[in-house]
Amino acid sequence: MTQTRTVTRNRLFGIPLPAGRTGVDLVISALRIIIVALVVIGASSTLLEGRFTFEQWLALLFAGLAQGSIYALIALGYTLVYGILRMINFAHGDVFMAGAFTTVFLAKSLQQSGFLDSQPLLAILILMGFAALVSMTVAVLLERIAYRPLRNAPRLVPLITAIGASFFLQYTFRGLFGSGFKAYPTVAFLRGTIAVGPINIPVAQIFVFLSAIVLMFCLYWLVERTRIGKAMRSVSEDKEVATLMGVNVDLIIVFTFAIGGALAGAAGVINGFFRPQGVNFFMGFFPGIKAFTAAVLGGIGNIPGAMLGGMFLGVIEAIGPNLVLNGLGIPSANQLKDVIAFTMLVLVLIFRPQGILGERLSAEKA
Amino acid sequence: MKKVAFLLFAIFLTFTFGAQADGHCSDEIGCVVLAPDDPVTIGVMSALSGPVAFLGEDSVGGVEIALNRRDGLVLGREIELITEDSLCSAEGGQTAAQKIASDDQILGVVGTSCSGAAASALPVISAAGMLMISPSNTSPALTNADMDAGGLWQPGYYRTAHNDEFQGAMAAEYALNELGAASAATIHDGDPYTDGLQAVMARTFGEMGGDVVFQGAVNKGDTDMTAILTEIATNPPDVLYFPIFEPEGNFVAAQSQNIPGLEDTILMGADGLLVASFPEATGEAAIGMYLSGPYLSSEDYSAFLAEWDEEFGGAPPSGFHAHAYDAANMLLDAIESVAVEQEDGSIVIGRQALRDAVSATEEHAGLTGVLTCNETGDCATGEALGMYLITEAEVKEGKWPPDVIWSKAEAAMDDM
Repeated sequence: MTQTRTVTRNRLFGIPLPAGRTGVDLVISALRIIIVALVVIGASSTLLEGRFTFEQWLALLFAGLAQGSIYALIALGYTLVYGILRMINFAHGDVFMAGAFTTVFLAKSLQQSGFLDSQPLLAILILMGFAALVSMTVAVLLERIAYRPLRNAPRLVPLITAIGASFFLQYTFRGLFGSGFKAYPTVAFLRGTIAVGPINIPVAQIFVFLSAIVLMFCLYWLVERTRIGKAMRSVSEDKEVATLMGVNVDLIIVFTFAIGGALAGAAGVINGFFRPQGVNFFMGFFPGIKAFTAAVLGGIGNIPGAMLGGMFLGVIEAIGPNLVLNGLGIPSANQLKDVIAFTMLVLVLIFRPQGILGERLSAEKA
Repeated sequence: MKKVAFLLFAIFLTFTFGAQADGHCSDEIGCVVLAPDDPVTIGVMSALSGPVAFLGEDSVGGVEIALNRRDGLVLGREIELITEDSLCSAEGGQTAAQKIASDDQILGVVGTSCSGAAASALPVISAAGMLMISPSNTSPALTNADMDAGGLWQPGYYRTAHNDEFQGAMAAEYALNELGAASAATIHDGDPYTDGLQAVMARTFGEMGGDVVFQGAVNKGDTDMTAILTEIATNPPDVLYFPIFEPEGNFVAAQSQNIPGLEDTILMGADGLLVASFPEATGEAAIGMYLSGPYLSSEDYSAFLAEWDEEFGGAPPSGFHAHAYDAANMLLDAIESVAVEQEDGSIVIGRQALRDAVSATEEHAGLTGVLTCNETGDCATGEALGMYLITEAEVKEGKWPPDVIWSKAEAAMDDM
């Protein structure tokens, strides 16, 4: 019996394979080669054509890093919750929306009072704090009402609940603030550009990037260097043992949701000053999906991984269509930027199934 | 025994009434017979719920004003209006059309709101021998009878809305002749409506001697437009035409300001961005941008608006109320012209005769211009369109709507 199984596994279309290789291995190797070849061919033919200047590539790179910073900030929330609960909180994009949508009204009144223009940095900090508070409240309520009662249910149940919670949040906010599009006010200092070498980088892009880096370091410090961070890590390792050691697991989980929510709310305001238009009840959906992708790309459960995954995704989205798809002669390349983003996800995952920085999950964790 | 008696009675009824109808009706696809006390029944299929419910509200208001002006009477009888929600989707159109078709007293329908709903409603309405006049379908396919080329036309379809061919062509004409543009780029968002508009604009622009340097697309939900704008900036066009919606249109307009190479490019959009929130949300980037859209200016139209304000309060929520008003009048005029009164006081209306009468509409003086239907039901002149210019007043002072700086009708007058 064992004999026959070994034989069938080592054959592909009836052709015997080298010892130790299976058909699946071969298909994956072929996929790797095909995708890498497509990327190389596309990129080299675009570069040889010389349609884009070096400055334009740099500008795209910086735009991608800025967009990626937004993905990264949202991705941190996914990764934190996954790290602790092994659960994908699909409503996290809507937590981001909650903060951004609510704060747009405060931002407008701060602008009308003149405060936003006279003290822009302080005003943005206040707005970030307010949005963080709103999103934090939403995230904590979400955990208490929708997830905690289901904590010991099979893993699929909280996932479905999260999708339901996502719709609930969207339509609640539509009911509260209407379905029209709102916009954040613009701040004078963010409209300028800074000359870096041959190109002018918009200040808004630098602002987004730096804010994201600062917030990520704060989070990293919190998780790695504080008592409560140690407790979070212990809950992530093993809930039962953590309980035995005197860690209040419920409190730690609430704290994790609160931190993830606060980051999403702050990201909402940063996003608002970076891309002022398009604030409405549905604005969290696509960034949520992208951020989840970024978290998986970087290695879900890993904080620097989420950051790196977000940046990587942002840059690929900005550069990929022009670099690879144009070179392959595909029309309307920009419409396919999600395709290229997800192809990159596939590419990374077939080389490193655990994500860029992810550790191989033990059976216990997975 | 009772059942048999009932059955016999039913058969008897069918024969007597059937024979009576046959006696007066010589129409090839059937007649509607109105007994002496019956009202005249017409339908409305509109998007009454969902995100574009304002379109339905706009059209229904136009139809109601048309009826009010006739005191709710046609042929001396009351008009009964059956309103169905056709949403803005194929399923909605299908459902609404089935409901309408099941009522054999209905003579014709004003609707639908969206082209997608019309595509599935039309086969049902056409098979039922009825006719529909849409106030706001703009897809060129609906009045194209060539099925191999994607045409969806079937007998019984008419519209008072301008075919996209008109709006796209007007944008091209304006860019070339009035703005003096030599090259153009277009962006759509994958929606058949926006794709159709940009295709017509690009084709016309090319045919008139302009150079179309780029045609591309973004996705609904995209927020970062740097990649596509940078691609366009590798060969900067004089005009960038993006007939898309909020919020993607806002992102394109706002982010185009930061792309080196696009400083002198003129931005141009279509009626999808002709909404009050667009200039405010987009900010200074919107100043100097052109938008095409439905435009009417006449004394009759001012009177209509006054009546709307009196009846419903405020201004109509969208741009197709006058088209709906004209559609209702065309239908009612046709009913009047083909109705045959019998000696017993009943009225017989032939369905094919009614279609023929609408098809024969010629120089109908409507609010949207002088309407003449062609053989596949396009009745709009394409003159009820204008170019709007967004200025500082719209962006900073909240002025809305913006001024119309050029219109097809006025340009046609100047030519004469």
